[in-house]
Amino acid sequence: MGNAVRCGMSTKTTILDFTAKPVDPALAICLRHGNRPDALLEILHDLQHEVGHVPQSSLPTIAKALNLSRAEVHGVVTFYHDFHQKPVGKHVIKICRAEACQSMGARKLQAMAEKFLDVKMGGTTPDGRITLEATYCLGLCASSPAIMVDEQPMARVNVERFKEIVSELAQ
Amino acid sequence: MIKIYVPRDSAALAVGADAVAKAIAAEAIKNNISVQIIRNSSRGMAWLETFVEVETAQGRVGYGPVTTGDVQRLFAAKFHEGAKHQLSHGLVEQLPYLKNQERLTFARAGLTDPISLSDYRAHGGYDGLEKALKLKGAEIVAEVTASGLRGRGGAGFPTGIKWKTVHDAKADQKYICCNADEGDSGTFADRMVMEGDPFMLIEGMTIAGIAVGATKGYVYIRSEYPHAIATMKEAVEIAQAANWLGNNIQGTEHSFDLEVRRGAGAYICGEETAMLESIEGKRGMVRAKPPIPALQGLFGKPTVINNVLSLAAIPFILAKGGAAYQNFGMGRSRGTLPFQLAGNIKHGGLVEKAFGVTLGQLINDFGGGTFTGQPVRAVQVGGPLGSYLTAQQLDLPMDYETFAANTAMVGHGGVVVFDDSVDMAEQARFAMEFCAIESCGKCTPCRIGSTRGVETIDKIVAGDNRNGNIALLEDLCQTMTDGSLCAMGGLTPMPVLSALKNFPEDFTTPYSVAAE
Repeated sequence: MGNAVRCGMSTKTTILDFTAKPVDPALAICLRHGNRPDALLEILHDLQHEVGHVPQSSLPTIAKALNLSRAEVHGVVTFYHDFHQKPVGKHVIKICRAEACQSMGARKLQAMAEKFLDVKMGGTTPDGRITLEATYCLGLCASSPAIMVDEQPMARVNVERFKEIVSELAQ
Repeated sequence: MIKIYVPRDSAALAVGADAVAKAIAAEAIKNNISVQIIRNSSRGMAWLETFVEVETAQGRVGYGPVTTGDVQRLFAAKFHEGAKHQLSHGLVEQLPYLKNQERLTFARAGLTDPISLSDYRAHGGYDGLEKALKLKGAEIVAEVTASGLRGRGGAGFPTGIKWKTVHDAKADQKYICCNADEGDSGTFADRMVMEGDPFMLIEGMTIAGIAVGATKGYVYIRSEYPHAIATMKEAVEIAQAANWLGNNIQGTEHSFDLEVRRGAGAYICGEETAMLESIEGKRGMVRAKPPIPALQGLFGKPTVINNVLSLAAIPFILAKGGAAYQNFGMGRSRGTLPFQLAGNIKHGGLVEKAFGVTLGQLINDFGGGTFTGQPVRAVQVGGPLGSYLTAQQLDLPMDYETFAANTAMVGHGGVVVFDDSVDMAEQARFAMEFCAIESCGKCTPCRIGSTRGVETIDKIVAGDNRNGNIALLEDLCQTMTDGSLCAMGGLTPMPVLSALKNFPEDFTTPYSVAAE
């Protein structure tokens, strides 16, 4: 009972608790989108941007705000590759695995990246710094191989360039 | 004041265009030279990015590929006066790569600042909509029908017929949905439109809205395109402020507004009905047809769903007339297609040509052969669901019907080149693997068939009852083709069977790189 104010009167005690209770950030995000069920993807994107992932604890909040069932929200979160249900690394590196990049050595790049970071695709480095993921086409097919670092697409990423990018992220 | 152009297209940003622009500004200050740096759209010559252009009395002179390390030397060589330098390519308009194209949709590519409405107007922008505002809906539909335009997303359905269906439908609300979920590997023309000429797409959608009586539109953009999303959102706001979107557009009785929606990394949402589900905030599950979306589409209302390139072709068709567009092309493939040269190619980028250009002309004349200098061995046209063609098939003209007759497809115009290091069994395996990862799961042939496909190809390659398993794979592909609900499962057999038929020797040896 942190900042509780006790107003002592002769027969009873009134407690006014002004302690800030944690409010689910999802609530404000839903409101910002007018609590429209069709904006669910936008809401999940915004929530992930703010929190880093889509926490299970937010699903009932979203469901209530949009007048959906929790199962419907869960179904959407799990359908789309973008949404992380668990916390991810500080940075997310996505390596394009699609055909144009394959023709320019994406398979080798992926194998090297997994070895270099000592983590498999979908995993996070033990220090929590980098999550490595697959993506399928970044629209940079004339300058392959391409990767996406957080929200930043990068092209012509050979083995040396990949290592440079990782060391830049460390700074 | 010297005008210097540095592109803001993803392909330029992904190789450091922002840093180049900053370096040019810093160096100009250091040398006390007045410059105006304009962040233009890309010319579509990806191998020259960052492609910096300097305005001179003779026209723009181009330099590329420019990195931050080159900037000081460029100033020392007086590039800001258009001087010669080893990175100079001379007058940009004279470059054969550009001069030999027929750019109708990409006419403004590289010329304008994408989010400058005055640039857009100065280069013919909104001429089409101004005409459309004076026409009846049916007259606009007739013009589009006369152009012979067919859906550029890959299916090639006549756009005019689709529009007429929605025009004739009676409803209190209709929608225009732009499919900008450009997930096919080897394609980036939609991205270039949205990042480089967003008002053209907005104009095309507005014309579509007026034509069919829709007042609301959605642009569904994949999340892998953050720059396209940002540019489109910015352009929509600018168009709204200038009354090119919103109520009573330019003082007429027509109203139309747009919303930009982000995808979330699901390839299947490029399938039109899955996209509708996704815009409605649901899982991207494919719908059974009928009912067709033109009658019961978004929120159950009549909906025009068009690809970015289809809608981007509309302003030209309205401004110059359907006949002007129809004059280009061959057979029943009318107009131009912005082809995208991708993968292992020396001069990759965007080549807009009339239908009828051959695959070889694109790859060799424009593309300059492979990036590695090795011989071309396989070419995948039309995305991950397109066939793998051989180097002997490069004389095929790009035309919907010719490709279909050769069990291949033009699709969205993506051309992915592979050199002789490619392992086609690995490519066939990937096609099945990709289908397994991206299937929405609604129908069994696609959901389960793709996984069984991966396993069967593994057995073939391992030499486990090879002939029996090849027969099994062919049978499985037949089931997927006939039994799948949409093109995802229905067309995955195309790359698989074409690889098996055209490159059988690759299926008799282990994978070149250990498959995951």
